[in-house]
Order: sequence, then C-alpha cells, then structure tokens
Amino acid sequence: MATTEDVKKLAALARVKIADADLEKFTNEFDAILAYVGQLESLDISTSPDAKKPPLRNVMREDGEPHTPGAYTEKIAAQFPAREGDALVVKQIIAHD
Amino acid sequence: MTKKPNELGIIEAARALRARECTVRELWDACVTAAKEKNLELNAYLEIFEADDAAIAAAQERIDREGDAAPLLSGIPLAIKDNILIEGKIASAASKMLENYRATYDATVITKLKEAGALFVGRANMDEFAMGSSTEHSAFGSTKNPHDPERVPGGSSGGSAAAVAAHLCIAALGTDTGGSIRQPAALCGLVGVKPTYGAVSRSGAIAMGSSLDQIGPLTKSVEDAKVLFDTIRGIDPMDATTIPDGLYPSKEVSEKLVIGVPRHLLTEGVQEDVRAAFDETLKKLESEGHTLVDIELPTSGHALAAYYVLMPAEVSTNLARLDGVRYGHASRGDTLLEDYLLSRTEGFGEETRRRILLGTFVLSSGYIDAYYRKADAARGVLRREYDDAFEKVDVIAFPTTLSPAFKFGEKSDPISMYLEDIFTVTANLTGMPALSVPMGTVERDGRALPIGIHFTAPHQAEEILFNVASAVEKAG
Repeated sequence: MATTEDVKKLAALARVKIADADLEKFTNEFDAILAYVGQLESLDISTSPDAKKPPLRNVMREDGEPHTPGAYTEKIAAQFPAREGDALVVKQIIAHD
Repeated sequence: MTKKPNELGIIEAARALRARECTVRELWDACVTAAKEKNLELNAYLEIFEADDAAIAAAQERIDREGDAAPLLSGIPLAIKDNILIEGKIASAASKMLENYRATYDATVITKLKEAGALFVGRANMDEFAMGSSTEHSAFGSTKNPHDPERVPGGSSGGSAAAVAAHLCIAALGTDTGGSIRQPAALCGLVGVKPTYGAVSRSGAIAMGSSLDQIGPLTKSVEDAKVLFDTIRGIDPMDATTIPDGLYPSKEVSEKLVIGVPRHLLTEGVQEDVRAAFDETLKKLESEGHTLVDIELPTSGHALAAYYVLMPAEVSTNLARLDGVRYGHASRGDTLLEDYLLSRTEGFGEETRRRILLGTFVLSSGYIDAYYRKADAARGVLRREYDDAFEKVDVIAFPTTLSPAFKFGEKSDPISMYLEDIFTVTANLTGMPALSVPMGTVERDGRALPIGIHFTAPHQAEEILFNVASAVEKAG
C-alpha cells in the first residue's frame, strides 16, 4: 500500500510535484497500478522455458568526426532557455559565501 | 477518377500522378484543403504546414522525368506524428514541455522520406510523449474518431490514424511502444505496422521506451504499408540498435500459411461481436487454404503487467533529460532544484507524471528485484514461448483490441486504459513485428465502427505479415 507520503517522496525523487488537492486520487490510482503489476509476483518462471535474451552483437564505427564541428551549434543554442553567445546560461550551484 | 485525390492510397495516387490524372500540386492542395476544413472538428493535426513549393516542384519534375522509375512516394502528402523530428519544425510530442521546441535535425525516417520525394502535410496529434490509447492525454486537446466524433481514435498515434482515415493525407507515420500504431489503426479502420525492433531507425524519434519503440506506417491498404515500410527501413549508423538484413534466420513459408490462435487468451474480455468477427475472419482464411492451429502462450497473461513495469522504468529514465536547463519548457525559481521542479511539473501532464513516478518506484533500491528484474525475466520467457510457437506456426493471430473505439472519458481510470494494449504489448516486449488489418465493423449506437485483426510474425518476417494481411484484405 502506497501512502500519500510515499507518493510525495517519489515525486520529489523524480523532480515533479503532485498538487496536494490531487494527492489522494493520485495515490489511489498509483496503488491500483502497483496491485495490477504485482501479479508478476505470482508468476513462477522456474518451470518456464529458459528466458531468451535478444542476440547481442557489437556495434562499432571508425573514430572520426561524425559531422563538421560547429555544424549544429547555432541550431542547438537557439533552443537554450537563456544564452550568452554560444554558451548556455545556468544557475549558480555552489554559493560563494 | 471516381475518388477525390486525397481519398487515394499511396499506390493509387502514385498511379494517378504518373497517368497525369492529377499533378503533385493538385494532390497536395486536395489533402491540405481537406485537412484545414476537417481539422476544426477532428483535431488530427497540431499544425498544418505551408506548402513547400520547392519540394512539390521537385517531386513533379521527378515523376515527369523518371515516370515509373521515380519512387512511389514522390509527391505523396503524409502526416507525421508529432514525436518525429523534421528539421526546423516544432516537434512537441503533444506536450507543453516541448511546445516551442524546434527540431535541430531530421529523423532518419524523414531523411529517407525526403529522398523519396514525399511531402509532409503536418504534425499529427498524439497522447503526450506517446503515453496513452486515446489521444485524451494530448496537452493540446484530443483527436476525434472520423467514424464517430464522440469516440476516441485510439492512441497514442491517434492523430496520424484520424488524418489517414478522414483522408487528410495519403498515409502517415506513427510510433508504437505498446500498440500505439496498431490500436489506433484498428479503431480507425486502417492498416498499422509495428516493425521488428531495429528494422527502422529510431534516430530522431522522441524516446519513450527505448527497448520497445519503433516507427511504422498507418495506411489505407496493405500494399501501401509495405511501400512505406520498405522506404523507411534499414540499418542506420545513427541508431546502434538497427539491425542488418538477415540477422535472424529467415523463415521458409509456403503460400498457404499456418496461423496460430491462442484461444485460451480470448475467453474473457473480448466483446462478443468482436470475437465473432475474429472467428469469421479466421474461417475465411481457412477456406482459402490456410491452416488454423491452437497454440498455448502461458506467460502472455502476464505480458501487460511486465510491460507496465519495464515501460515506465524506461520512460522515467528518458524523460529525466527534460529539466528546463537546455531546451523545452523552462520555469525559474530561487534554486536550481526549484527550476527542475517547476519546469517538469508545469511541462508534464498528469499521465506522464504518473508513469515517471511508477518508473522511479520500480527502479528504486528495495523494489528493483520484485518489479523490474522480475518483469525483465518474464520478457525473456515470453520471447522463448513465442519462438517455440513459431516452430509450429507462421503467424499468431489475435483481435487487435477487446472492443471498438470507446467514448471520450469512458476509460478515466488508468488501468482500464492500459488494458487497451493487452494484445499488442507482447510484440514490443519480444521485438517481433506485428500488424493490424481491418476485419470489418461492429455496430454501437447505430454507428458502424471498425475493428482489426492482429498478427505477429518471427523477427524480420514482415513479409509474412504483409502476405497474411493481404489475404484478410482480399477476403474482405
């Protein structure tokens, strides 16, 4: 059983907020989903045929420049929420004081 | 010509263009005029593009010069799901998070379509980040089903499906993570294909569940689906999970197919008239000389549960990149943490947040063994069971959905919506190709609503899918 506190904590870990007004409904729905996927517990795969993984293979390429340096700089920088020249402006993380 | 140009399929339109029955410009205008008129009601497109005069002229010139040698898609107007990047165009994945995001490059499938001379009518509506089965989770309003505007078109590629079904384009691309091409195809009366995992490059598709996602066609006919699939498929250096031809052993099949039917999975949930149409369609195939065989897929009953562990895990990981720092919706608080929280809370809709939380939960220490690892093991078992079944049969048949299109708001609790994908998710879990093709209609409230039959084939055996779907199409 998930509690509203559990959901709040998960939301904080996932960097989203669930509004207080929605919290109870959200928790109930979350619980119902966990109960549904919880049916996996009853699945005994010890007697099932061996699990099969997709065939694994190496995917290699030659070292080198995949494209001309700078070819995408302006297009990508144009998507920045805030920029100074070609640099992305971010918030200061470590305080000076 | 009896049909209007926009009502044609790919092959029909290609023929009309070569026979000079219409020009590329006339075909484009017919699609865009219909789109502008009907979109007010249907909301199939989030944006209808301006005519690309150079592309229209180039396609016409190519058809004039090369005739039958020109690619069949030259001059063909397509709808593109809003999570597939077209350079310079917005790609929002129907989310406020990416409402103003402009693609910085072409998806590989778009590059291939441009090389073939295809034209793009617009960005098709969808459930936010491809999470949903009805388009009700779009941040920009739901799409209506052209067969009954009170009902959903299915999802998440519901805009693509509605655009094709209402003839607002000739064909469309969607993406399919758990049924998002095949379920809307069924509910809108179209052919929809989820290719083998790795058959089509995912470069430039906004990721939902990276081990499950594939781009594929939504079309008016089986042969159209094959044309579109053949154009977009192929190994791509930009997507290391794409596979070379012949990676899997090819399956030798005769003209008369052996069709496996897991009847033990159809005893509950499937609505009576859907079940009757399914049995009727199989009977027709049998009378054409194909063989029906009962098969058992014991772990299939757990496929949806496994999917709803693995998919959210991948969703929470993929969407972690959207944090308001580099691109997408950016809201500012006092601290960096507040920036993240505000940007993500304002940017993501309810269902998206729900799945991010689920994914965070199943991956958290203490629960990862009980949920994620168990689901991953179940996935391996499913794959083995399907491989074993394909020793005896060529394809496996299901109804695509339990019922025809439902009404808006009817599935407001999440699990009832998730059950829409109960028959389709397994192909994503096993990586096998699967397709939905129309199998007639059932009546609800005096309206004839389309339903689909679903086939799964072994890895890289799309050809078998097209063969069996053609047989269904011909049996009509």
